[in-house]
Amino acid sequence: MIFSEKHQLIRKLVRDFCEKELTSEILDEVEETGVFPQEIQDKMAKAGFYGIKIPREYGGQGADNLAYVIMLEEICRVSPVASLYANSPNSLSGGPILLSGTPEQLEKYLRPCVTGEKMLAFALTEPGAGSDAGGVATTAVPDGDYYILNGRKTFITMAPLADYAVIYAKTSPEKGTRGISAFIVDMKAPGVSFGKPEKKMGLIGCATSDIILEDVRVHKRDMLGAVDKGFSNAMKTLDGGRLGVAAQSIGVAQGCLDEAVRYAKERKQFGRPIAKFQAISFMIADMATKLAAAKELVYNAAVLKDRNDPQAGMYCSMAKLFASEVCNEIAGQAVQIHGGYGFTKDYKVERFYRDCRVFTIYEGTSQVQQMVISGQLLK
Amino acid sequence: MRIIVCAKQVPDTNEVRIDPVKGTLIRDGVPSILNPDDANALEAALQLKEQVGNAAVSVLSMGPPQASYMLRECLAMGADDAYLLSSRAFGGADTCATSTTLAAGVRKIGGADIIFAGRQAIDGDTAQVGPQLAQRLGLPVVTYVQKIRSVSEGKAVVERQLEDGYEVIEVKLPCLLTCVKELNEPRYMTVRGIVEAYEKEITVWNEKDVALDPAQCGLNASPTQVHRSFTPPQKGKGKMLSGSISEMAAQLVGELNEKHLL
Repeated sequence: MIFSEKHQLIRKLVRDFCEKELTSEILDEVEETGVFPQEIQDKMAKAGFYGIKIPREYGGQGADNLAYVIMLEEICRVSPVASLYANSPNSLSGGPILLSGTPEQLEKYLRPCVTGEKMLAFALTEPGAGSDAGGVATTAVPDGDYYILNGRKTFITMAPLADYAVIYAKTSPEKGTRGISAFIVDMKAPGVSFGKPEKKMGLIGCATSDIILEDVRVHKRDMLGAVDKGFSNAMKTLDGGRLGVAAQSIGVAQGCLDEAVRYAKERKQFGRPIAKFQAISFMIADMATKLAAAKELVYNAAVLKDRNDPQAGMYCSMAKLFASEVCNEIAGQAVQIHGGYGFTKDYKVERFYRDCRVFTIYEGTSQVQQMVISGQLLK
Repeated sequence: MRIIVCAKQVPDTNEVRIDPVKGTLIRDGVPSILNPDDANALEAALQLKEQVGNAAVSVLSMGPPQASYMLRECLAMGADDAYLLSSRAFGGADTCATSTTLAAGVRKIGGADIIFAGRQAIDGDTAQVGPQLAQRLGLPVVTYVQKIRSVSEGKAVVERQLEDGYEVIEVKLPCLLTCVKELNEPRYMTVRGIVEAYEKEITVWNEKDVALDPAQCGLNASPTQVHRSFTPPQKGKGKMLSGSISEMAAQLVGELNEKHLL
């Protein structure tokens, strides 16, 4: 894709930022401590990453989906975990409110989220409701001006760090997916607690945990959207989220390719750089070609979304499916090219390899994307 | 308060290679960037604006049409408006002709209370344009500004960097200051700044717009002619000696003897 000057300048901003701020020392420390520095979060918010595709009237930056994709790609090329912080307000945190929020909710919850003052988690998944998101068992029972929420949400990104969470709960249990409503819940409210942060394979530095709700009282003005309309809010939010994961995938894949090329030129065996062996150089040619194809798919999906094309949703699914699978393939080959060194934490590819594993899983597994795509084609 | 920043688009010299035969820069595929010292000048202007409140920061450049990209970057960092002096007549300018053109641009904008410029551009390293511009506008100039202590009541107090210290200089406004990298850390653009930079117009002026005769511009008005450019051959690596003076002298004599130079 040939980019406009504006998009090139956005790429330059993010690339300069990552080069200066996300140094190897800092990233190693994040990996060791599991804590992502607040200072860098603040700087990312100030540069406008948090609200890149949120309209300016809500405190966002007013750029488009293509700019959003470029930002995530450039951040992931250096640090996949950093991208979670920049992605969230544009995607799973801000998305539900942008879709269904009242003017008061937009002001109270979306604005501080995109300026980086508050963190908001997206809580749909439950122990019994993963790919089958309609199987939500958390309940919300009306009680005067309030709803009483009970249940358990699981694998919630940023949950222990969040100020608020959008919780999806059954208001009409007999109606299946048409009986789910969304609520904005204060994470300091009585009855809210968190599980232990999960010990994850990758993306260390952004805690994921359960949210446990025990008789939590939520005022009805904090219901998001209409009663029983929560499921479509969640699905539309995830629809946008897929583009984000696709963008993360091409970023990590680029980071892996860069490292593989560099290493292949430096590493000598049998008296010459391993890049001089066709077995390695052809592997690199294939990695680069697959990545180029994935990038075009992702950029195209972003442009379709910016044009409100009716096919955009399906293309976002295709982009996520293809890019995340290809990213895992490329990361695996980058490790292979590094040989034994790629199996150690001294080389960047080891972390990339672990970090990208979840890309074919979260925000809809590859198999769910196949369901979405085939469902569109065969309806 | 009106603030003007002079900025130049330059090839990123970190990525430039030199043609060993012709002795010229190989510019193909080399990205163009905002000259680093000029980024410090812009940062100083933006900080001053934040401090005094009621101020506008204009960026002025001379260059080919592509230089508008660099000016958008300045707008995205926070400048209010941007002016580009661009015309075939300005081509081939040395520092003398460049400062004439920039001075005409400053006059056309309507002058300024403070003009900030970078110390020098990384492609020419002359450090002449700033002082020459001040000369042509009849303004006092302080070069190598490493700190701005205060700007108020029609004067500025600044520190001027020297090799082994600094001077504290009080200067009446309007004036021109050339900035070094120690002055500040230039801010990042913001995404919103970039979006809005492309909603603004960059004013482009040619020689007629700024009332200059083509004879006063570009190559026609450039007394400096490049006679020859070349890459000096690599010198051998130097070696630092340590110890007391007599120890170092003994070491030096020893090494020179070893090489049969004494």
